[in-house]
Amino acid sequence: MNFFHILSEIEKTDPEVFERFDSRREVFKHLTGFGKKLTAATLPMAMGAIFNKAYGQTSSAPSVFDVLNFALKLEYLEATFYNLGLAGDGTVGTGAASTTVSASQTVLRNQFSETNRNALLKIRTDENNHVNFLRAAITQAGGTPIAAPAVSQFDFTGGKGNNAGPFAGVFSSAAVFLAVAQSLEDTGVRAYKGGAPYLASNKDVLTAALNIHSVEARHASRLRTMRRGGPLNNEASKTAAGSNPSTSPKSWISGQDGGGAAPTYTAPIYGAGQAPSYTPAGITFPAEDNVTQGGVNLQTTLASLNFPAAAFSEAFDEPLPVPTVITIAQTFTITGSTFF
Amino acid sequence: MSKITQPGGDEAEFAKPLYTPIKRRSFFMYAGATAGATALLLSGCDDDDETTNDMPGMVNVGSSSLGVLNYAYALEQLEAGFYTALRDGSYYKGLGATSAEKQILDDLYYHEVIHREFFKAALGTNAIKALEPDFSKIDFSSRTSVLGTAKAFEDLGVAAYNGAGRYIATDNAGLNYLVIAGKIVSVEARHAALIRDLVSEGSFVDSDVVTIATNGLEISKSPSEVVTVANTFLKDGSKLNVSGLV
Repeated sequence: MNFFHILSEIEKTDPEVFERFDSRREVFKHLTGFGKKLTAATLPMAMGAIFNKAYGQTSSAPSVFDVLNFALKLEYLEATFYNLGLAGDGTVGTGAASTTVSASQTVLRNQFSETNRNALLKIRTDENNHVNFLRAAITQAGGTPIAAPAVSQFDFTGGKGNNAGPFAGVFSSAAVFLAVAQSLEDTGVRAYKGGAPYLASNKDVLTAALNIHSVEARHASRLRTMRRGGPLNNEASKTAAGSNPSTSPKSWISGQDGGGAAPTYTAPIYGAGQAPSYTPAGITFPAEDNVTQGGVNLQTTLASLNFPAAAFSEAFDEPLPVPTVITIAQTFTITGSTFF
Repeated sequence: MSKITQPGGDEAEFAKPLYTPIKRRSFFMYAGATAGATALLLSGCDDDDETTNDMPGMVNVGSSSLGVLNYAYALEQLEAGFYTALRDGSYYKGLGATSAEKQILDDLYYHEVIHREFFKAALGTNAIKALEPDFSKIDFSSRTSVLGTAKAFEDLGVAAYNGAGRYIATDNAGLNYLVIAGKIVSVEARHAALIRDLVSEGSFVDSDVVTIATNGLEISKSPSEVVTVANTFLKDGSKLNVSGLV
């Protein structure tokens, strides 16, 4: 085994590898710094650390706490949304969520079948629990969780504070409520995926984040199922997807889903993200209709399977980087809000 | 010399392996460090206390990033095999052409076969063998059995991916693999939620898969927990050994 050989192999694919290190000399200084503990068996880990330093973590890459706090912000956004729609005054982050149901919330709730209403309440419970979990996790690890924003920081109509934006009726119309809910959950799924590489150094935190990520995907799936079947349909899952993915989506993302629930406003949720400079080499943020994975165009390579073209994009979800998620999330904050 | 892609039209073309080494190479463009490190680990670890993990007749997925990729490949083989097998069963065949369940089972078949073929390509010569499934306990004429098994496989897949993320190396290649695994697991979770809803409407995050009463987290499973279940669907000689994923 030849460490120099590995470096030169990488250099062939990435000519700038040495520039990514402080300097070639510095690398070996770091390596020497591991001292006598550097046995053959531990060398791979040591090398992992060096490459992480070179590729993964420049000074501006988010820390574990940065990622957790950003996830917490998104959970505040989601939990506030479900709380405003279904029960309580929107307040999040003070233990168990309020169960008081207002007259206007009753109007919205009654537009759903009991099964669908209960499904929404389960999602609401999960999102409030995610807030509490992340707050505790950040505190336990010695960090400071970002405080819950005032409910007035949000405008879920997308009106930036005038409460009369493109999603006007979000808390009075089941269709609009589900459209916004799907948009928030699909965004969350992409955001957690984008954050995962920065959590890899802490295995327990990584596992916890993955365990939230898949729950967000389950939520997104159920909301899409309900949009397909309609809010009063007790057997929504038995409704086949229609030809228009914006109004009758599959439970997973197909292509770019025609731009999502309200294409004019939700298209970025299914579009490409711009990779920040600190992104580890090789990780990209293509739009959801991407069919190239690990450098292989699956649609052409697997053409002999004779599968529908859409299947190749549906089989993989795609990550989004923090800046793109911020832009999307700001759709639902008021003008002048610095929360995101 | 037609270049039009006509699947099955040309027998020689059809019989060709789906992938060429060149395409594989692009996947491993960033994996040089891992490949080298693995080689080092293998050549460097000649201690006597190293366990010989190849129990007779079992398929050892290996360790670290490649171990996780092979573990995922094994589970995708199982899922793809299941959705392929059910297409010959009377339950699937009896579904109406435009029924939701047919559309769903078709999509799941496509997705899982694509996942399997992706891992096969990505792993290349590092891939474990094609596994032989044992679906003898599944009644492919019964909706309850077909959807119940689909639910079990999808939930197991999500729990498995979530539980295995921690065993992927943290080098650059590993971070790329982590994102790839993330791209797949959320699709598995979308599958799981829908299949659960088909079995019992609104059960997409019930307490057997999500700790909904406390923190709203998926209940992930360790590789050894997962193979205890997975191995009941694999024939002798194809059962999995995941002792390297620790």
